Amino acid sequence: MADQKEILEKRLAGDYEWGFVTDIDTETIPRGLNEDIVRLISAKKEEPEWMLERRLAAYRHWLTMEVPTWAHLKIPEIDFQDIIYYAAPRTGPKHASMDEVDPELLRTFDKLGIPLEEQMMLAGVAVDAVMDSVSVKTTFQAELAERGIVFCSMSEAVRDYPDLIQKHLGSVVPHTDNFYAALNAAVFSDGSFCYIPRGVRAPMELSTYFRINAAGTGQFERTLIVAEEGSYVSYLEGCTAPQRDENQLHAAVVEIVVEAEAEVKYSTVQNWYPGDREGRGGVFNFVTKRGLCRGARSRLSWTQVETGSAITWKYPSCVLMGEGSVGEFYSVAMTANKQQADTGTKMIHLGAATRSRIVSKGISAGESQNSFRGLVRVGARAAGARNFSQCDSLLLGDRCGAHTFPTVDVSVPSAVVEHEATTSKINEDQLFYLQQRGLSGEDAVALVVGGYAREVLERLPMEFAVEAQKLLALSLEGAVG
Amino acid sequence: MLSIKDLHASVGGREAGEAGRGDGAEREILRGINLEVRAGEVHAIMGPNGSGKSTLASVLAGNPRFKVTSGEVLFEERDLLALSVEERAREGLFLGFQYPVEIPGVTMANFMKAAVAERRKALGLQTLTASEFLAMTREKAALVGLAPAMISRAVNEGFSGGEKKKNEIFQMAMLAPRLAVLDETDSGLDIDALRVVGEGVTALRRKDNAIVLITHYQRLLDYIVPDYVHVLAGGRIVLSGGRDLALRLEAEGYDGIV
Repeated sequence: MADQKEILEKRLAGDYEWGFVTDIDTETIPRGLNEDIVRLISAKKEEPEWMLERRLAAYRHWLTMEVPTWAHLKIPEIDFQDIIYYAAPRTGPKHASMDEVDPELLRTFDKLGIPLEEQMMLAGVAVDAVMDSVSVKTTFQAELAERGIVFCSMSEAVRDYPDLIQKHLGSVVPHTDNFYAALNAAVFSDGSFCYIPRGVRAPMELSTYFRINAAGTGQFERTLIVAEEGSYVSYLEGCTAPQRDENQLHAAVVEIVVEAEAEVKYSTVQNWYPGDREGRGGVFNFVTKRGLCRGARSRLSWTQVETGSAITWKYPSCVLMGEGSVGEFYSVAMTANKQQADTGTKMIHLGAATRSRIVSKGISAGESQNSFRGLVRVGARAAGARNFSQCDSLLLGDRCGAHTFPTVDVSVPSAVVEHEATTSKINEDQLFYLQQRGLSGEDAVALVVGGYAREVLERLPMEFAVEAQKLLALSLEGAVG
Repeated sequence: MLSIKDLHASVGGREAGEAGRGDGAEREILRGINLEVRAGEVHAIMGPNGSGKSTLASVLAGNPRFKVTSGEVLFEERDLLALSVEERAREGLFLGFQYPVEIPGVTMANFMKAAVAERRKALGLQTLTASEFLAMTREKAALVGLAPAMISRAVNEGFSGGEKKKNEIFQMAMLAPRLAVLDETDSGLDIDALRVVGEGVTALRRKDNAIVLITHYQRLLDYIVPDYVHVLAGGRIVLSGGRDLALRLEAEGYDGIV
């Protein structure tokens, strides 16, 4: 179609709306990384000795590791000594009452669509708002506490719940896991901790909103969710960053522990600054996310909508240990311009009769490269395990790439593993059909792409589905029905 | 309403890099079409395979696969060929597709809501409320015998051949076009579906709109009685007449006439 390229480019050239910088006094520590920096971060956070020891162990291990190069990514060399590892708005780390929070911070989160004042909060969503290295405010804490649910920043958790943190932190993603997990374990600054006691259903969605603001810094947050037996929580994560010409590193770790009969749903709308059309700037999003379904019939479901970041390296995974436990991964990854994404999941079946499902929808445009990488491993004791994987790629244009790297490793004969994959270009006849009914070319593309991603978007909680659709420029999806 | 003067159009000759279609050679399909359609009229265009009937429909709708090489088309006094595909649609030109495409994951409701909103905007009308829209879909679906539940299905996905054609007429009813070009809406329909579709289209006839029916067979014309019948052959209209021409074609075949 002659004008199809033009339509796509217009569609994809949309400005990054979240690229503003908040003018706020920020405290930063000196550039670079060494043991003194690790000690300084720990001191800033007034941490107990055991936490510092963990950080130092991680740092020393990190020194022995190499940057991973196996992904289908072209990553410019990162100078880890040229990064500021801690930056905090100078108004103090945490605020019990709204009156103490710098109005400029409130305005920032307002502008991002995350109102933190009690009367304006999103109904049914408790938010932990993290700016650069610190948590600014956590909402609805009192309501959640009535049910025994702990929802707080990681800094508070280290101080107030040392037993839980010592027991679970690093239990799913140890600092030896990989290069970026080790780095995170050494320098992580804040993040969220969420604990759902036995038999409790979280009465609202819990969410963390991550905002990078300061220049020259990296963000290294750490999230830990523990769902005790028979509990349930739905957790959301969103993120944005200012528009800058330099790259910024975001190396997070998320760990989830799911006990027997418990269920955790973890949803991400990843919208870090992707860089400009020429590929200048943008966030390097190198994240380790893993959940351990430890108890029988426990369930963990990852849903991710990835639209941002210059480079994404991320594989939310499930270790299915408990008998009959279930892991799910639903992903939409969209890359445009010169973005690169290498993302997927690992489903490690250890227990008998464990089940997993992978649905991945890649969308590539411009000169971007979009890879799905998946591992399904069925261990010798996972009799009767089942996996179904569906991996679709949609190409918008002829200069982008879509790649699929599935690995299946089965050690037990009674397992059933299915894999389906498709690659398609956007269908000109579909666009013409929609345009013939009066839709603009841009709206037609958005509708077709939205339809393609629908199976995943439907998995998101309502508020996030709306944001995700907006992100995919699906102004029409979800308007009816 | 529609005035076509010496219209020539060709297919192929696509630029390098847009591989996959045609052999690169340009081939002329329409070789000087002349046609006048006034408000309130129904024109049937018949003709053998490969005569250019569907190309004419595609060119009127602005399908970029075809290139207009010369000629003029006025639609409501405007230069139709200068308008984009969607502008033509918003101005009230509707194409009933011969092969309606499936669009997975996109519900009929979302699709039609957007399309109706665009059409109403062009007419200077306010957007319908959700309940008005729902009431309208029920009424129009009933007109062509589609279950109202189809509004929550994906566009044409899993629709039978007959449902797809009914869905085209449903969309026509929703959009209330000034000019509807129906491209072989009768193909693939059984006798009962043909009657439902034919009666549905007839119910949409008004003094201020017009319909161009493209068909191989005259049986559709039992339900949608045309004012004029044209025979297209070799990219030109070679014969025009009234309703009786269609009957003659059926009796004698194109060979006897063209």
